[in-house]
Amino acid sequence: MTARSRLPFYVAVCLLIAAGISLAVWRHIELGIPWLTGEQRPVWMVEARIDFDASNSPVLASLNIPQQPPGFQILTEQAASPGYGFSIINSAGSRRAEWSKREASGPQTLYFKAQFVPNPTAQPDIPTREPTTRRVFWEEPEATAVQEILDQAKARSSTPESMTRELIRLMQPDTRTQNTTLLIAEENYLDLLIDMLNHAGIAARIADGLRLEDARRRQQLMPYLQIYNGRQWLTFNPKTAEQGVPENLLLWRQGSASLLDVVGGENSEVSFSMLRQTVPALQLATMQSASNGLGFLSFYELPIEEQSMFRMLLLLPLGALMVAFMRIVIGIRTSGTFMPVLIAVAFVQTTLIPGLIAFLSVVAIGLSMRGYLSSLNLLLVSRISALIILVIFITAGLSIIGYQMGFNTGMTVTFFPMVIIAWTIERMSILWEEEGAREVVVQGTGSLFVAICAYLLMSAPLAGHLTFNFPELHLVILGLILLMGQYTGYKLSELKRFTPMKVYD
Amino acid sequence: MDWISPRALKRLGMLNMNRRNVDYIARYNERSSYPLVDNKLKTKLVVAEYGVKTPKLLQVVRQQHEISHFREMAEGLAGFAIKPAKGSGGKGITVITGRDGDEYIKASGSRVDSPFLERHLTNILAGLYSLAGTPDVAIVESLVESAPSLARYSHQGVPDIRIIVFQGYPVMAMLRLATTASDGKANLHQGAVGVGLDIGTGRSLNAVQFNRPITLHPDTGLALENINIEAWDEMLEMAARCYEATGLGYMGVDLVVDANEGPLLLELNARPGLAIQMANGRGLLPRLRAIESLKRPHFTPSERANHAMEVFASI
Repeated sequence: MTARSRLPFYVAVCLLIAAGISLAVWRHIELGIPWLTGEQRPVWMVEARIDFDASNSPVLASLNIPQQPPGFQILTEQAASPGYGFSIINSAGSRRAEWSKREASGPQTLYFKAQFVPNPTAQPDIPTREPTTRRVFWEEPEATAVQEILDQAKARSSTPESMTRELIRLMQPDTRTQNTTLLIAEENYLDLLIDMLNHAGIAARIADGLRLEDARRRQQLMPYLQIYNGRQWLTFNPKTAEQGVPENLLLWRQGSASLLDVVGGENSEVSFSMLRQTVPALQLATMQSASNGLGFLSFYELPIEEQSMFRMLLLLPLGALMVAFMRIVIGIRTSGTFMPVLIAVAFVQTTLIPGLIAFLSVVAIGLSMRGYLSSLNLLLVSRISALIILVIFITAGLSIIGYQMGFNTGMTVTFFPMVIIAWTIERMSILWEEEGAREVVVQGTGSLFVAICAYLLMSAPLAGHLTFNFPELHLVILGLILLMGQYTGYKLSELKRFTPMKVYD
Repeated sequence: MDWISPRALKRLGMLNMNRRNVDYIARYNERSSYPLVDNKLKTKLVVAEYGVKTPKLLQVVRQQHEISHFREMAEGLAGFAIKPAKGSGGKGITVITGRDGDEYIKASGSRVDSPFLERHLTNILAGLYSLAGTPDVAIVESLVESAPSLARYSHQGVPDIRIIVFQGYPVMAMLRLATTASDGKANLHQGAVGVGLDIGTGRSLNAVQFNRPITLHPDTGLALENINIEAWDEMLEMAARCYEATGLGYMGVDLVVDANEGPLLLELNARPGLAIQMANGRGLLPRLRAIESLKRPHFTPSERANHAMEVFASI
């Protein structure tokens, strides 16, 4: 490569590295995959409990369940109710959990549990069809009173939102006039408010919210007012006219006719209990990835078996990086270019010390047997083939002896790739004959040192976490390896090797 | 531990492994030319066209049945060398220096019979010594009789001269002498002595063994200071000629001096080692850069050799 053509190369490498990092950052933000292992996120577990008395007839209980509650994301949903058929039904803009049973009698209890993740950006979809308002007929004298209050509120407002606020303010006990006192009875306040807003041409409805507080039981839903401002539904506190959904308020029911319908039972009631839990952030991201458009970029949706295979495979680039660094920058001689990586992979499965013992004993026994093979003057292919069979014998022997003696260490030998061990023995043996025992020791310890370094890198929990959950980071590794391929500086070992040149300096 | 700083190495212009591979071998050596130098038979045939002499080729054994002709051919010879064409690092080379009745005497003094040599030929054909174990051919060459002026410095083995040729210019040279430590082989990392040679004159500069400076040969005890290579300009021109023959921009040329024939080419190397710099006590980089920055390269090997002798005597 000439000096001129290196610029595009460096640009390409920089692009690779930038692409890897930015993709990882983007996925961290979008999917919430944590950078570190063990990060925890809060989750609300809400349990709805339905009690009713069954009256010896077929039972159908139907509970409205949340659909896109603003400020929250639904993580899991499940029902616990022995003997009941259960399904979740999506119909006409509302979701309902339905329990059914052919025959039931006596007090019945049904549970519905859901986990909610606080997510400030979660907003309900914009309704596709504009909600319609309904006209309400009032008899005199109410009709006049309503009209007057509405006129008063209208005069002080400009938009549906401000109109709603003004109306709520006018209906409060401290500002009440004669007109309002005429209209309001304590129990019909919210219904009246909605009727009046509809009458004024603003679509309005009741939404039920649940105030989330840790470890509360037997909570009831609290009614809120929602109006449609021409683009979306807005939530108001019907008492204070405060607009928006408070942070700890979960809107359980929006725009659905009823909260609970029970057919074949009586005295039905629903109550809620809740618990603040923490789940690992990674688990959260995994569960959410399916629903997110970016989910296809990750391995979470593969079958578990493939996932665990990829966990291993995705560690290999780290080993390759380590070998490239050790050979190009440090200058450690290894026998076989990537033999250390494969040994390191085996160490990951066997753990270090047992793996080291097993590996060294197989290679040592193999080398002594190879001595006899070399005196036979065999051709390369049959020599290697014979060696592979010998290695399998040694492995089997070590496993059996180890097992009989009560050491599990013996068994771990099977994790080592037989062909690689056979080649290692072959290379070491040739090296021994040609260059002497010293070179065997140098290259052998070099290989083992690199293998152990690669093992330490690959077995770090953070390494496994990042390589599997941010596979795009491998672009960075690729970039680094490409850069190292262009490294023309001195290796660390050459600083030692060329030391005698000092006298000429 | 004793270290040299990278800055000092840079001042000395020491070429290192990574830079050699990236900036010189990868840039100046065509991959397609490698078989020419990795196969000794091809090397011999191609350099012969460019007037570079090699040890006389006596026989090429390509197939098993040709081995029977070997005995007939060897009948009248006192000494010869059997080499695998694709061997590396001197593997599989058997040197016969004489006869004793039906037996042959090896360079080491041990005696072997002709079935042994035939078995050796079979092994070569099967690829026992070749890179990656591919089938090979065996070549039988006439024995090199080292010129006595040089032979006396070497313990066993023939002393050879390694010249680094860059774009056809001989840039650095050393004399390699076998020792007992190197077991008669001329490989520096096995313990042979490397004696740096002044490109301008062919005189020895200084010597190293195992990367350490020495002044006397460890076996023969001879002083290594005042070695003078005869026919030096002829050797440099021969080395420069190999560039035309192979097209390799960066290579090592191994020459021997035969008592009767004069300088002969032994083999070429597309990945020559870096130890030559230590034998010379000088770095390669200033010389390589001097060649790279030449405005007008010289076209004939003798011009290039002369240019090198003028310029590199001082660098």
